[in-house]
Amino acid sequence: MTADLILFFGLAAVAIGAALGMLLSKNAVYSALFLILNFATVAVFFLLLGAPFIAMAQVAVYAGAIMVLFLFVIMLLGAEQLLTSHKSGWQRPIAILLTLVLLVESIYLIFGRGRLLSQVAPVASDYASPEAIGELLFSRYLLPFEVTSILLLVAMVGVIVLIKKPKANN
Amino acid sequence: MIPLSWYLILAAGLFCIGFYGVLARRNAIAILMSIELMLNAVNINLVAFWRFLAPESISGQAFAVIVFAVAAAEVAVGLALVISIYRSRKTVIAEEINLMKW
Repeated sequence: MTADLILFFGLAAVAIGAALGMLLSKNAVYSALFLILNFATVAVFFLLLGAPFIAMAQVAVYAGAIMVLFLFVIMLLGAEQLLTSHKSGWQRPIAILLTLVLLVESIYLIFGRGRLLSQVAPVASDYASPEAIGELLFSRYLLPFEVTSILLLVAMVGVIVLIKKPKANN
Repeated sequence: MIPLSWYLILAAGLFCIGFYGVLARRNAIAILMSIELMLNAVNINLVAFWRFLAPESISGQAFAVIVFAVAAAEVAVGLALVISIYRSRKTVIAEEINLMKW
């Protein structure tokens, strides 16, 4: 129990700290690296919740593929230095205000409405294996799965069209 | 076992940090990164609700897998847009992309 608590609070501190570091660092490359740290800690949260497949997919897809894409584009465009001079300063106070309202509201709802649910049914160690998730995706959730594949195909075609250089004659 | 509320609070905190990033950052790539953070917070909620409220079916994890795929597609399209805009306007600052501004 105490080991769980220490693990949870340590990981939560690392996750929130990494997210704040992502937000506050001036260099976009450092932002991306902080975000990778955040994704890795969230993967450990998935392991704590008993979802090993999701944790591995988180590391492979988010911390691997997506962040490599981000770093590649940041270095390609040379966009790592952010401008610190802020011309329209009215955005930042409004953003802080709206964020605080959202945070207080969600904490109020979670603690005000929800009962403090701390008992969970124990599950077998091989429960929710990649095999079981695959079976579920290909039987009960076949249609959303196929729609997702079409979405990925459309995104791929769209990216190729967007990136293609314009023709020389126009 | 950690109560469900704590996971929800953590996810709400991460979501709010991402929300602030979307509203206040000026670099378009940083805005996309903040959107990734928000999607990730949603995934924590999905898996936590699955574990605490409906552990007998694995549906929550199937939803999380689909969110991964949507996030990957969204990042690819968003970064392609950023590169395309950078080619024509030579900037990634969101305020300077005002071609359609009235």
